[in-house]
Parts: sequence; C-alpha cells; structure tokens
Amino acid sequence: MYVAVKGGEKAIDNAHRLLAKKRRGSLDQDEISSDQIAQQFPLAVARVMGEGSLYDEDLAALALKQAAGDVTEAIFLLRAYRATLPRFGESLPMDTGKMRLSRRISATYKDLPGGQLLGPTFDYTHRLLDFSLRGAAKDAPVAEREKTEPRPDEIPLEQTPASCPRVFDFLVQEDLASAEEAAEEKSAVPDITRVPLTLPACREERLQILARGDEGFLLALAYSTQRGYGRTHPFAGEIRIGRCEVWIAPEELGFPVLIGEIEVSECETVNQFSARQDEMPRFTRGYGLAFGYAERKAMSMALVDRALRAAEFGEEIVSPAQEEEFVLAHCDSVEASGFVSHLKLPHYVDFQSELDLLRKIRQGDMAEKEQKSVRANGGEV
Amino acid sequence: MNERMNETAAPPQSEDSYNFAYLDEQTKRMIRRALLKAVAIPGYQVPFSGREMPLPYGWGTGGIQLTAAILGENDVLKVIDQGADDTTNAVSIRRFFARTAAIKTTTRTQEASVIQTRHRIPETPLQHGQIMVFQVPIPEPLRFIEPSERETRAMHALEDYGVMHVKLYEDIAAFGHIATSYAYPVRVAGRYIMDPSPIPKFDNPKLHKSPALMLFGAGREKRIYAVPPYTEVESLDFEDHPFEIPRWESCCALCGSQESYLDEIVTDDEGGRLFLCSDTDYCETRQNAMNMTKGGA
Repeated sequence: MYVAVKGGEKAIDNAHRLLAKKRRGSLDQDEISSDQIAQQFPLAVARVMGEGSLYDEDLAALALKQAAGDVTEAIFLLRAYRATLPRFGESLPMDTGKMRLSRRISATYKDLPGGQLLGPTFDYTHRLLDFSLRGAAKDAPVAEREKTEPRPDEIPLEQTPASCPRVFDFLVQEDLASAEEAAEEKSAVPDITRVPLTLPACREERLQILARGDEGFLLALAYSTQRGYGRTHPFAGEIRIGRCEVWIAPEELGFPVLIGEIEVSECETVNQFSARQDEMPRFTRGYGLAFGYAERKAMSMALVDRALRAAEFGEEIVSPAQEEEFVLAHCDSVEASGFVSHLKLPHYVDFQSELDLLRKIRQGDMAEKEQKSVRANGGEV
Repeated sequence: MNERMNETAAPPQSEDSYNFAYLDEQTKRMIRRALLKAVAIPGYQVPFSGREMPLPYGWGTGGIQLTAAILGENDVLKVIDQGADDTTNAVSIRRFFARTAAIKTTTRTQEASVIQTRHRIPETPLQHGQIMVFQVPIPEPLRFIEPSERETRAMHALEDYGVMHVKLYEDIAAFGHIATSYAYPVRVAGRYIMDPSPIPKFDNPKLHKSPALMLFGAGREKRIYAVPPYTEVESLDFEDHPFEIPRWESCCALCGSQESYLDEIVTDDEGGRLFLCSDTDYCETRQNAMNMTKGGA
C-alpha cells in the first residue's frame, strides 16, 4: 500500500515512454516532420517564437512537434533552450518603415501613402469548414498556383517598395501626436532576460514583457479595456506585417552588418488624447510588436501597452489592464503554467499540517461548546 | 533568422553540449553575486535575473539554479521532496544533476554536502559545512496581506511589520490559534521577516542557529535569500500565544519514532490511518539500526 507512493524512478520512465507513444499517434499514419510544421503551421510557429522569445522557425516547429501540438509547452521548450544561449550583442533599432510588407491596413484613413494591402488574412473569410482540406494531402492545384504567385518572403528585394511611411508619422508631422523618444537619447535598453525587473518598470521593459506575454491573457485584458475596464478609445491606426532587416554594429567592427531578416507583426493604436501640463492635447499611442504573423497578439499588446501608460497620462488607475504589477507579473505563460501545474506535485507535508491544525481548532471548539452546555445545564439545576 | 543562424543555434545532441551543472558560468557568477549579498543581509530578498530552466516554474527552478551555481565536482547532492528522496520530483531533479554535472548523489543526510529540498528540513541534525537549498514558491511573507511588490519592498525597508502581527492576532481571534501551519513567518537576525518556504512549522526551530548555511531560491519570482550559519531565526508569536510545534499521538509505524514529522496514510475507506516518517532517510536509518540490534541480540 505505502509502496504506491514510492517507485518514482520507474514511474517517470514509464510516463515518458507513454508520452512518446501518445505524441506519435497511430503508426498507420506517416510521422509528421518538423519541416512540415514549419511550413504549414506558420501561425502556430509564430506564436511559439514570439512567446518563446527566440526567432527560429525550425526550432519552434521542432518544439511544437515535441510538445504534441501543445503551444504553451512548445513555448516553454523554446524558452528553456533560449536561456542556454549566450547573448552576443544588441541589434540596431529595427526600422519597420522599411518593412517588406505582406499586409498593411489602417482603420483611420481610407487611403494613404503606401495604400491598404489586405494580404493573407482570415478576415472576410467565412468560417465554414472546408471539407476539401480533410484527410490525405491532395494539393496539386495549390502547387500550380504557387508557381505563378510567390509568397511574400520569396519576392525579390528589388521588387518590393523601398519604404512605406507609418501612419503615426503623419499625425506626428501635424503635431497631433507625440513622437516617441529616439532610442539614441536613452542609455542602453534593459534586457528583461538578463536584469531582474524592478517596479515600476520602464516602458521598454513593459513592452519586452508584453511581447512575450501570453496571447490569451493579453487578448482578454485588451478586450476588458474595450468593455469599460480602463477605456482608452482605440483606433487601429495601422497594422503591418512583413519582413524587416536586422542589423548589428559589433564594437570591434565599428560599422553595421546585416545579419538577416525576420517577419514581424506591428500594431499602432491611436488612442484618446491627453494634455500634459502646458501642452496642447494630442492623440496617444499604444504599441504592439510580435514575431511572425501574429496580428491578434500585436493588437492585444498595443491596447494593453496603452492601458499601462495610464500613470504617464495622469489617468486614474482603476482597472486590471492598467495595473502594471498585475499585468506584468501574470502575463507570462511559462511562469503561469508552471506555477499552476506545480499543484500536481505532492503536498503531503503541508496538507498534514493543515489537517492537524483543523483538527486542533475543532477540538478546541468542541471543548468550548461542551463547557458552555455544562454551564448552561448547571444553571438550570 | 536566416539559414546560417539556424546552424549555430542547432540544439545540443548530448549532455556534453551543456556546461557543468547546466548553467553557463556567467549565469552562475550572477547567481553567486546575489548569494553573497543574500548571506551578507540575512533574510533580505535579493532580486536576481533567473533563467528559464528545463523544468517548469513552481517545480523547483529557484532551488535548481542555486544548486547549479554552487555545485562543485566533489559535492555530494541529496534531493528531497516532502522529506522523501524517492518522490517523483526529487528523483527528477537528482537525475537532472546526475546527468548535467555527473556528481555523486546520496540519500543519506549525513553524507550530503548540498541538500536541495522542497517543504522539509531533514530530521537528522545538519552539520557545519552543509548547505541546504530550499525551493521557494512565494518568497514574500507579506504577499498575502499586501499583493503589491512595490508596497512590500517598502514595508521591509521601513521594518513596517505591524500588519503581519495583526494577521496572526486575527487568526487567534477567529480560531483560537495562529492558523498558519506551514510557511510560518520568521524574523531573521532580529531584522527581516522571512518566509521559510512551505516547510511545516514543525521544522522552523531547525533554522534557529543551525550550523548549516540555508539558501532559498524562488525562480519564478526571481528572488534569492539566505540564513547564514548560527543565525538567530525566531518564529513570530505572542507572549500569551507562544510558538508551539505540533505533536502526534501516534508514532511512526515503521521505525517507531515519536520525534519526527509524520505523514498520514489513508489505509482503507473505513477511517483506517497509518502514520509514517516523512523523512525517508531518517526512517530507514532507524529501521536498519533496529534490525541490527535485533540481529545482534
């Protein structure tokens, strides 16, 4: 009987074997390759890269495969791997104005320089199950189409527009919104993975935490601001998705070097105006950026970023989305899922203490009641 | 990024690809610096930039990082969870270090130079030179009274601990007892109030003037704190409600101990109960000694 709680080693080995079996599924089916996942689940890969805070499509796909499709588990796998990598430098600020766009929309202007570009999107699809996708692969016609229409990342550099001005810059030009402080004016941007966070956090730290925060949590918080819990009157000023160059300037070289290109989703919201002291009222901005094609994440992040700027604009902090400590401490899915899941670990000892205490308190109560009833009876006699 | 970057980022194929005890030396140095500060200011929570470990948060990542940072090749490691060496998480963590550091492990409290623990302090008295590493879920003793970190840090700085005593007093008013049976708050070296991690309050007296170094690591919350050897650790109480530790009416069904912390085992669905030592090494040592005496007689 007592043996049941022992034998941990054997149990662990068996559990891992069963998990591998569960992940593989029926041997009647071909094993899925991580390359297939990288190519055919790009949005899942994007989410794992973003919240795993490591831009590597192959490793994110591998993590998804290993995690049997559990996105939170895949994020954790990638994070743990990331933690072992040396940090060898900082990139130069990425210029999203020079993005090779695959999608760019603004809800604030009907038309604007650079135009609206719908790109690949679920928007305006009817959410009807497409039964033609069911079962085994039969995608010859798709292959035909791909020959004539290259994917955005396959378009040769010279065929993409050199730059496309950002919507917010128009507002800044008119002085209807403040420019963000240029990065050069600040000392080095703190890295939340290397320096312990102290509160209140600066906006750079907040944005880093939100960028790898859980999409579901941020989505719910963003939604709550729309329903009156910290209203910020947002407009989707601009959403753009595309590929950006990453440059670094190693100290020993003294000049910048292009190290590659990454796909990002960026969202800037135009929010209710505020007037700081001795200033004209201006629109305010929320900012969201995520790796890969991750529009919902970028939008949620922008709304939450704006909500968290409440103190900066002298707004009353009354709602969860505006509470810096609440949001920053709870938005990380790796931390959250770890701590919730740890309840599965044995708590025999603590529970035993609680059992003893409860019994002791109850004994005390019983004794008291008996005494009282004795006294009451004694009074009658 | 591009193809070349992927090559350099290729996942390691074997344990050889990781540094001794998993963490890279820079991270270890960062943790050791935080540890030095923690030892210098007993009971004070030192922020450190915790890393994601290959085990989940809440499963001992703080303790694992501390252990990784202090382990040397000649160390002998013991890992316990709920006092037992053979609970699954203890097995998992012990295996992790056996794999990544190839060090000697033991279940014997006396033989260990480093003991990583979750929720217990061994019954066998610790010795000078031994290091206890505690896994800590919530390092802030004031957290459930004041949820804001900014507030609690200020309260520690100002030694503003009135609310803690009020909480304990309210327990007495409501239940007749201080209704905290584990993670019972202590005051370290007469200054900082500290969460001793969720050890039962039964274990609190073992912290007081212990010859061993006590290190506490909270991975998710990214805090490290310490109780140096021979430091005063006083469990909070009142003159008319002094701190007391629980006693069992039963003794261990295996070794007969009346001194140790006992786990209650439900033996059937008719109210049958059995009590056993939570500290498996202590219990086995006593059983062996009993068998020896019997054999000798």
